[in-house]
Amino acid sequence: MTSPTSMPAGLQEIIDDFASLVGQEKLLLLLEFGENLPALPERYAYHPELLEPVPECQSPVFLITEIDRSSGTPVARLFFTAPLESPTTRGFAGVLREGLDGLPVTEVLAVPADFAMQLPVADVVSPLRMRGLSAMLSRVQRQLTKAMQDDNPAGAH
Amino acid sequence: MSVLKTVPFDSDPSLAAYAHPQRLVTTEWLAQHKDDAGVIVVESDEDVLLYETGHIPGAIKIDWVLDLNDQVTRDYVDGAGFAKLLSAKGISRDSTVVIYGDKSNWWAAYALWVFTLFGHEDVRLVNGGRAKWIDEGRELTRDTTKLATTNYPVIERNDIPIRAYQATVLKTLGQHPLIDVRSTPEYTGERTHMAEYPQEGVLRGGHIPSAVSVPWSRAAAADGTFKPRTELEKIYFDEAGLAVDSDVIAYCRIGERSSHTWFVLTHLLGLSNVRNYDGSWTEWGNTVRVPVAQGLEPGVIPAAAAKS
Repeated sequence: MTSPTSMPAGLQEIIDDFASLVGQEKLLLLLEFGENLPALPERYAYHPELLEPVPECQSPVFLITEIDRSSGTPVARLFFTAPLESPTTRGFAGVLREGLDGLPVTEVLAVPADFAMQLPVADVVSPLRMRGLSAMLSRVQRQLTKAMQDDNPAGAH
Repeated sequence: MSVLKTVPFDSDPSLAAYAHPQRLVTTEWLAQHKDDAGVIVVESDEDVLLYETGHIPGAIKIDWVLDLNDQVTRDYVDGAGFAKLLSAKGISRDSTVVIYGDKSNWWAAYALWVFTLFGHEDVRLVNGGRAKWIDEGRELTRDTTKLATTNYPVIERNDIPIRAYQATVLKTLGQHPLIDVRSTPEYTGERTHMAEYPQEGVLRGGHIPSAVSVPWSRAAAADGTFKPRTELEKIYFDEAGLAVDSDVIAYCRIGERSSHTWFVLTHLLGLSNVRNYDGSWTEWGNTVRVPVAQGLEPGVIPAAAAKS
């Protein structure tokens, strides 16, 4: 299945913000995203087994998605948790949360798979560490795809 | 180059039993001496942003990926690259470089090993690393450290004494003890077969035949310091079968965790022939026709293996 990709405005804004900075300033912005990552809501804080691990990341990071149908259009909700000792991973999680949480599911699924390559931080973080961001995005998209298909098995094309 | 050594070694009794106690300092020593002339404190972590969340006042950061690795070839920086890096960081050839980091100093030990490739004479680890400093409630800061640039000389890297290449490991299979310092599931080979998550990066799972499994973290105590010498001797001598005159090669996945073990064997137990095979499993497990053993046993070296 191929679907058209498009970068949501919020994520594009984050890309542009990083692109306007150099060197150390980019690291500090990434740190800020991590520091703004909200704590898990109680329903997950006490049920870590519901969260999916992302083994490609060097640090333990867990994520879960929900689909909110209260407004008619299915909306994606994203939740992440990673230890305070892993600020890069928290930063990546913060970027995805800030850029994607609350968007229609279709928009989250349309985020290009190479988003991590478009976020201009590899020069200060190393390409190696960018894999964690790719892995997190692909898991978000896979969870949402599966949830949409489970809810609507006949129309999953 | 002769310099008057003014930076004292740490004479704390907790370090005295180790083979080379001058390679370690306690957090207390660091608190007392971090601002001494000639001392450069370096933080080296797995996470590239951890330093920015708060570091020991006056410490600079050296990142294992961005600073110590060549960005094109899979290798360490060369003499010119190392000189450029250290000059920009404000380190001189006669500086006392004191390194600390996260995860029981796993990455700090890696940085120390790279400094050793260039023969930097006075390089030390902070026993217990970043976590111990923080647990003791000592000061952290986000203030930027700006040191005056220096003119570090271009020193040719000398790999031979402490670094092993794959060709050597293969050619000498069975002649030297091999220590695999990865986790048990990586050693047995089960880690590449995780359902739904093919491990990118390594095509085959298992270990180099004859390698003995001693996960690196067994050398670390709960507080991130190194275990006492007597306990280390039990692990590496009694259990793993090494002796002080063994010619050992240690490896892991990319050579970082095995740097920690290299430090333990070389500086804490006093072995003089320890090499780190930094190509490690990401090289071996992707190489065509090299022997691989799976399961908990060290395994048998195929007769033809050593003949290339």
